[in-house]
Amino acid sequence: METTYYIYNLIANSTTELIAAVIVAIIPLLFILPYALVAIYGELKISAFMQDKLGPMRTGPYGLLQPIAEVFKLLQKEDITPDAADKPLFNIAPVLIFVGSYAAFAVIPFSSYFAPSGLNVGIFFAMAISSLAVIAIMMGGWSSGNKFALLGAFRSVAQIVSYEIPAAMAVLGIAAMANTLNINTIIESQSGWFWNWFLFGGQGGIEKIWVIPFTVVMCVIYFISSLAECNRTPFDLVEGESELVAGYATEYSGMKYAMFYLAEYANMFVAAALITILFLGGWSSPLGDILNGPIWQLAWFVIKTMSIVFLQIWVRWTLPRIRVDQLMFVCWKVFLPISFVCFLAMALARMVQ
Amino acid sequence: MNETKKIIEYSQIDSDRMRINVGPQHPSTHGVFRAEVEIDGEIVTELVPHIGYLHRCFEKHCEKRNFHQIVPYTDRLDYVSSMNNEWPYIMAVEKLAGIEVSEKVEILRVICAELNRIANHELCVATFGLDCGAFTPFLWLFRDREFALAILEKLSGGRLLYNYFAVGGMQKDIYPELKKDIKAFVKRVRETVVEVNNVLTYNKIFVNRTANVGILPKDVALSYACSGPVARASGIDYDLRKNEPYSVYNRFDFKTSVIREGEERHGCVGDSWNRNWVRVLEMEESCKILEQAIEILPEEGDVTAGIPKKVKVPKGEVYAHAESPKGEMGYYVVSNGKDIPERCRCRSASFVNLACLPDIVRGTMFADMIVILASIDIVLGDVDR
Amino acid sequence: MSYIKNITDGFGTAATGMKFTLKHLFSPNVTVQYPNTNPYTEISAVDKIPDRARNRLLLDPDICNGCTSCARACPVDCIEIDTVKVIANDPDQPTLSDGTKRRLWLAKYDINFAQCCFCGLCAAACPTEALKHTTVFDYCTYDVNDLLYHFSTMTPEQIAEKKKLLADEVKAKAAAAAAAKSEN
Repeated sequence: METTYYIYNLIANSTTELIAAVIVAIIPLLFILPYALVAIYGELKISAFMQDKLGPMRTGPYGLLQPIAEVFKLLQKEDITPDAADKPLFNIAPVLIFVGSYAAFAVIPFSSYFAPSGLNVGIFFAMAISSLAVIAIMMGGWSSGNKFALLGAFRSVAQIVSYEIPAAMAVLGIAAMANTLNINTIIESQSGWFWNWFLFGGQGGIEKIWVIPFTVVMCVIYFISSLAECNRTPFDLVEGESELVAGYATEYSGMKYAMFYLAEYANMFVAAALITILFLGGWSSPLGDILNGPIWQLAWFVIKTMSIVFLQIWVRWTLPRIRVDQLMFVCWKVFLPISFVCFLAMALARMVQ
Repeated sequence: MNETKKIIEYSQIDSDRMRINVGPQHPSTHGVFRAEVEIDGEIVTELVPHIGYLHRCFEKHCEKRNFHQIVPYTDRLDYVSSMNNEWPYIMAVEKLAGIEVSEKVEILRVICAELNRIANHELCVATFGLDCGAFTPFLWLFRDREFALAILEKLSGGRLLYNYFAVGGMQKDIYPELKKDIKAFVKRVRETVVEVNNVLTYNKIFVNRTANVGILPKDVALSYACSGPVARASGIDYDLRKNEPYSVYNRFDFKTSVIREGEERHGCVGDSWNRNWVRVLEMEESCKILEQAIEILPEEGDVTAGIPKKVKVPKGEVYAHAESPKGEMGYYVVSNGKDIPERCRCRSASFVNLACLPDIVRGTMFADMIVILASIDIVLGDVDR
Repeated sequence: MSYIKNITDGFGTAATGMKFTLKHLFSPNVTVQYPNTNPYTEISAVDKIPDRARNRLLLDPDICNGCTSCARACPVDCIEIDTVKVIANDPDQPTLSDGTKRRLWLAKYDINFAQCCFCGLCAAACPTEALKHTTVFDYCTYDVNDLLYHFSTMTPEQIAEKKKLLADEVKAKAAAAAAAKSEN
């Protein structure tokens, strides 16, 4: 895709390639920070309205400044490193978890004119780099020298590693249908009207209708697996408040805790963006060529992704928490076989085409 | 000798096991309960409960206060169902002093106790959901509990610690809109119960978390002298309102919510889900009692007239008990003829029900331990007194 | 078969729950924004503080006859009362609002709200309804000593004067009694 590096080329032509690379790398960060504020505010307000209350109202009009106030609160808090902690690991962990979620932004195309990198194995890279969170959580939990944190870290490793597999099956299915691992190509193969999305079986005429149930189920599986990978309710037993106090983050405070917090919301966005890319046609307009300019593509992408983020928040504030053995049951005995079946069906659909 | 024994004990400890202190500062120990838990991976192998962090010497205080002054202290035992704490105490003193109260007082007492029972069960179901990770039904139920507390505040003046019952009567008369308020409240409770059932109680995740978890068999429940919803969920048909109808309870038409073998909707008899389900059912039964009670509540009559300035109590001792939302709440009052009791022993339901925890927790998962503790519905003010 | 039923049950009940939360997302909320809305006037009848609410106590020293039954009824002993007898021919002997003559000067009437448990027994015990619960609840202070409320309106000089009058009377009475005795 020749337009993928549009912004990079624009800057590189007027300055040097190094500056262009740095600027392109910084753009996602400039997106994450305001996005995190919006997502935190959104989560506070949505959860509050679901619970028949008002949510934050006292910082700014309608509590709009609440996320900023929280960031400042976390900034000025004392940064405590426990005596029993393994200090280097304890300090690296929050940075590492954020690096993991930030690096995943490298392959996320916001529009056909802007993706930080048009990597050929983009989807593979995103899957791989977002697993870095496991190491960070394990490091943080284990080095805290706290039993609750240790238990949380154990659960986290088991959970995230297991749920990678159904998620990977979903990605494989899409990769088979699109015949590529390149994210931009995946999105392009869904262009046109919304019934061309992989959620509805990808390109093709009426004869593809038999594959739609499988792709929908695959999308649901991927969505739930991504919830588990982001440690969101009903899979938040890593930090399950009522059991493990705060799980792996029990001993963290101040800015380090804020890093975990930020990484959680960044991870949510990455997961939502991947669902958008894989199943909802990424930046392509649902209305064919209508409203399909570069800026419109950005808008479509953000709208789709934020809807998924809303869905994540909605699920979180409805469902109770699952138990650790049931978590494993759901993964290995429910999602994995079903995703195998769906994968086979999707591969078959590719062959029939 | 002791040394060698110790060495053997230590060497037998499985190095995979970990001892965790849950509480007294833990989000879901419902106050200041402390459990020393030994876990093997995620499995709880042993639980040692430690109580006493909220001990306030209730029984010693009673030996220095006269019969009227003890009532505010009884409020503070089980602080989420104060009316039900006051009642057995008042019953004991009235029995001892031979005081008869009017019909209006009795019906008003039933209304207060049932309102407070609904408030207590709403709190319990809410926190039970919270301990399973569901936050939203928690706040819906809390909002509804607010309406019960508002009615009780309009009646007594207190929001949580009412001091409304008095020896020989009630502290204040009813207010004009009481019946209207209760009708509106009952309607609201029924709506919310439907919502909470749909969002929480019937939810598959919640059912999986709680059904067949922490099974308390009937014989174990009996041997631990469990009472209240804990016993009824285990199939013991024991409700003081039915079995020994005190006050005017025999005039109302209601069912005891017992889970019997073969009738359970989910799980099995005596598990956490059914303990919670008994409470949900009891809310409906309390609504029924409330509806009948406001029909027969007389408007006229002075409820404060019978309160003696000084309670004259003959020598003697008496035990009176009533069905509090947590179980059987009883007071054993000994008098030596003065206006200060010689002894006032309190049998609180939470304390007795809590005793079965180590038994039913062994072998379950760590997350189940929290669920089981929540399903027993303890209030630490009631446990430690 | 139960395997499939479990899966459909799981999704079905989750969907039901999500339907209810979505309904609540658009239903009116019940929060009372307390410091911004007046809890006495601006809020709905349910949340309004009822007239019977047992909050801060208020004593009317003009009605109080100094009988100390409130202090004796108090289970936590947070009321302290000090009285001085009114002498028979006091120049400014006041009348209580119920028409009877005051027999005791209220030299000291302190309620420590840091100790008070708001049980209402004192107000119930008061024979003249001088002590009452008000609905005022927001009176927190930075200093715990500010919660010690003095309800007596007498100045120290007045108290000293009344005490002296009483002592004089007692002395006079004693002298009269002694005189009577010596006469006998």
